[in-house]
Amino acid sequence: MQLLNTALGGLTLGMVYAAFALALVMIWRSTRIVNFAQAPMAMMTTFIALSVIEAGHSYWLGFAAALVSGVVLGAVLERVVVRPVEGGSDINAVILTLGLFVVLHALAGVIFGNRFRSFPAPFGVRGFEVGDRTIGLTGFGVFTILVVLVVMALLVALFRFTDLGLRMRAAAFDQEVARLLGVRVGRMLTLGWALASLVGSLSGLLIAGGNLVHPAYMDSVVVFGFVAAVLGGLDSPTGAVVGGLLLGLSLSFVSGYVGSQLVPLAALGVLMLVLLLRPGGLMGQAPTRRV
Amino acid sequence: MNRMHRMSGLSAAMLATTMVLAACGAGGRDDDDDGGGDGGSTVGVTDDTITVGAHFPLTGVAAPGYSEIPTGAQAYFDFVNAAGGVHGRTIDYVVKDDAYNPTNTSKVTNELVLKDEIFAMVGGLGTPTHSAVVDFLNEEGVPDLFVSSGSLQWGDAVDDRPVTFGWQPDYEIEGKIIGQYVAENMPDAKVGLFLQDDDFGADAEKGVRQFLDEQVVEVQRYTSGNTDVGPQISALQASGADLVLAFTTPSHTALSQLVSLKLGFKPQWYVSNVGSDPDLVGSLLTRFSEGDVEGSSGSLDGVLTTQYIPGVDAPDNPWVQLWQKVWDEYGEDGPLTNYRIYGMSHAYAFVQALQAAGEDLTREGLVEAVEGFAEDAPGPQLAPYRYSADSHLGISGLQVVRIEKGVGEPLTPVLTSDIGDTEITEDTSGQADDAPPESGIPE
Amino acid sequence: MRGRARRWASVTLVRHLTVAVLGVVAVTFVLTAVSDFRAIQLTEMAYLGTAAAGLTVLTGLNGQISLGHGALMALGAYTTALLLPDREASTPLLLVVLLAVLVTVAAGVVVGVAAARLHGPYLAGATLALAVAVPGIALHFESRLGGEQGLPVAPPEVPGWALDAGYFLTGEDPTRTKFIAYVAWLTLIVTFLLLANLSRSRVGRRWRAVRDDEVAAELAGIDLARARVSAFVVSAAAAGAGGAMLALAVRLAAPGSFTLVLSLTLLTAVVLGGLGSLTGALLGAGLLTFLPQVVTDVGTDAGLSDIQAAQLSPLVYGVVMVVVVLLAPRGLMGTVHDLVVRRRRPAPPPPPDSPHPPSRAGAVSTTTKGTTP
Repeated sequence: MQLLNTALGGLTLGMVYAAFALALVMIWRSTRIVNFAQAPMAMMTTFIALSVIEAGHSYWLGFAAALVSGVVLGAVLERVVVRPVEGGSDINAVILTLGLFVVLHALAGVIFGNRFRSFPAPFGVRGFEVGDRTIGLTGFGVFTILVVLVVMALLVALFRFTDLGLRMRAAAFDQEVARLLGVRVGRMLTLGWALASLVGSLSGLLIAGGNLVHPAYMDSVVVFGFVAAVLGGLDSPTGAVVGGLLLGLSLSFVSGYVGSQLVPLAALGVLMLVLLLRPGGLMGQAPTRRV
Repeated sequence: MNRMHRMSGLSAAMLATTMVLAACGAGGRDDDDDGGGDGGSTVGVTDDTITVGAHFPLTGVAAPGYSEIPTGAQAYFDFVNAAGGVHGRTIDYVVKDDAYNPTNTSKVTNELVLKDEIFAMVGGLGTPTHSAVVDFLNEEGVPDLFVSSGSLQWGDAVDDRPVTFGWQPDYEIEGKIIGQYVAENMPDAKVGLFLQDDDFGADAEKGVRQFLDEQVVEVQRYTSGNTDVGPQISALQASGADLVLAFTTPSHTALSQLVSLKLGFKPQWYVSNVGSDPDLVGSLLTRFSEGDVEGSSGSLDGVLTTQYIPGVDAPDNPWVQLWQKVWDEYGEDGPLTNYRIYGMSHAYAFVQALQAAGEDLTREGLVEAVEGFAEDAPGPQLAPYRYSADSHLGISGLQVVRIEKGVGEPLTPVLTSDIGDTEITEDTSGQADDAPPESGIPE
Repeated sequence: MRGRARRWASVTLVRHLTVAVLGVVAVTFVLTAVSDFRAIQLTEMAYLGTAAAGLTVLTGLNGQISLGHGALMALGAYTTALLLPDREASTPLLLVVLLAVLVTVAAGVVVGVAAARLHGPYLAGATLALAVAVPGIALHFESRLGGEQGLPVAPPEVPGWALDAGYFLTGEDPTRTKFIAYVAWLTLIVTFLLLANLSRSRVGRRWRAVRDDEVAAELAGIDLARARVSAFVVSAAAAGAGGAMLALAVRLAAPGSFTLVLSLTLLTAVVLGGLGSLTGALLGAGLLTFLPQVVTDVGTDAGLSDIQAAQLSPLVYGVVMVVVVLLAPRGLMGTVHDLVVRRRRPAPPPPPDSPHPPSRAGAVSTTTKGTTP
């Protein structure tokens, strides 16, 4: 029984990490930057949703508000702040996104306050009853799983089957050549960040549902989302989902059977294992070494 | 070569400048502010003010509920100040946020003692947090009154901590009293314990086990920084416990209730008085489930808890009427809540201590005044104080109640005890029947 | 040739020693004049500066981004707490600090070896995971490591010779707070001395070579892995020393002291001051210790509530960090250095045939003018 519940919990959690990892993968593919600020971006949009909901509107309006603000936030940040460091040295990009992390965190504290507030979860928070037992899967959990799968499918379709996706991939692969071929590279980069931020906002909402939110609530997801993305391969959206699931399941088992405080350590272990054995991740390509 | 010399000269200069600039705002050497040389220390006391301070979690996971306590205390101090203060001195109350993080507590306490120069600390909140500063306060001789926590360490070792006093009933006697109640009324129950992973949980467990050692089937702990309590509740469910004694803060009460809903776990719950306010837990729960779980009128129905001061569920109690009056006149926005009452109650006790310490106010005098509190000192508490030269533990008892529609229905009379093997006896002091003085200010 | 080289080397050492001695004098001066409260703040500046110095060497000189230095400080702090649990503990302070450093060095070897294979964002992410994981260990093994409540640290009594020295210098006995402040600043000066010497030595040059061009360095015979690991170990030692000082100053080693925020704070200090610059690290640490109060006061004056005003200072840091990376990526000391250099010799015109890559903001790692002191 506990085994089943742990597995179900891991599945739901894994899907959330998968969503976040998807956002990271998208930004990596389009701009070759790991966006450490993705988590606070998602946190901000979730707080915007919460403000809408607390003002009396329905959950779904808040949901939509979060997604829209995510798109706007991603686009604005890319255009204004991130553009200057794209293509430059790694250190600068890392420091920049970390700086954004700190700024967004603090901004949320100033605007929304530091209180712990509860966030609704539609579709119910009671576990489903199977016979006379209750299993640890709620309506909201099912919703989470379905939404992430749908989003992943949409993204794969976008990249593989549409013209826009092709242009985005070209812009990510080689900016100069893409420009020569008529691709509006700048637009594609902004679009990449906007879409990624949309997905990130979604994951923020899914994590928040049925939980307490506060400006630091997404902080652990930075680490876990990153590990999931690397696990699956920073280049691969499918990898992100697979990585997220694997990570969610393993962390849930560690939490349930070993100790919940050791979960970050387990994540670190998984990360190091993957990076040392398969630096490209499970489904990505290993970076070739230039000599 | 020259450039290198210059750069290192530059850096030496910068090093020195940095340090001097940093210290610039220092304002010279501190004078030992001993004031009344022969009577004792009067730091923080002037002819017309007394400065006191405390640390509270105004932000962070423990903020729901607890952040309201200082607002209550402030309202009561304003009430007293408006009536002329105590022996002609108004009370200046400085509250600093530590976010329930012991490192921050250490920092803000340094500020309060060394920068703001408080006369005493009144009601510093939290077991793990206050533990980080209790030794410092004792070393500096700052009276540390009425710590907002039920840990034993505030009162059971007077030699080590001569200036620290508890106030609320300690967790061990709470554990004993509920333990005895369960042993007498539910002898076949399989008991699970859900504890905060620090002295709060440890002291409570000690008390509970005095009566329920054979009935305990599972013990689970949580740390306050971690909001994922799924594994613990799962384990409690798997152990077959049908009664869970939870010593949790309000946020974690709400989280454990929520997870139990998800897992379909429906034991009889007991929640410690620190985390069982139905209004607060209810408001947290309502939002989670979009109204699936009702607010205060339904959230903790049937849950057992204990009580040691009258709360908002007893609006006819004369003390509650006094608090309501004080809140209406001097409180900020928002309704009177049990946490605000807690703040006012211990503010009342502090004013009593100030009155008793007399006009010649010193730190040593204040400590003596509290030690000399008569057992039947009037106050909102249901059971008498235990203060003496040998014990700095506070209120000696509580009442077991069951929450029905947000109101605590008493299941037992007021029961008193003390730490260790002391028996539990019914209180006959009539403390619970005290009424407040006319003016609302202790005499 | 040899004689001149030796003379040059000894000049560096002498120069650094002179600065160190001047530093000790300045520290003594200032610490005797300030209040206990200010001394505590200065202690905080010292231990942040010690750890930041290690980080700036690692990131600035060797190009490895570490977000996990908070975790390394935690190791130093917990070791100190385990060795000084109560007043009766008899381990001399110097030994305690050395042991804390040793433990952190051992961890630094392990982490450094693992990290040597990683670059850029991967390294950042892995060290981030480390920063989050280490406090969790303390929480899990709560019977030995104190859990959330942490382990109390009993700073030792001021030793007799220090009391006498203090009295001789200032006319009154130094309090324990001031004693800890002295210890922390002395540790900082010693750390700076060692780091400065290392960075001027062959070891430091190897680090920089690895940072600038791996392939060329390897061709020149430098062992990449060894250079990276040694840089990591040295910076870990500094972090461990900083952590020990933190434990003494806060009188507690608890997970709450070592949040992600601490690691980010260290990085901010280093970026602000200038990657690779020790003075910059100290300046950055100073700003981070003293600026919050100023900013918070500005906030409350502007009408924000207390809690909101408290959030204002991390906001300012974050904004400054972003602005610095975009506009002045060399940080404070780097920009000063550039100004000084530019004033002395104007930039030579570029040779006519070489291609000009459009200058991009950043590219910290490509200038190899050597470290600023």
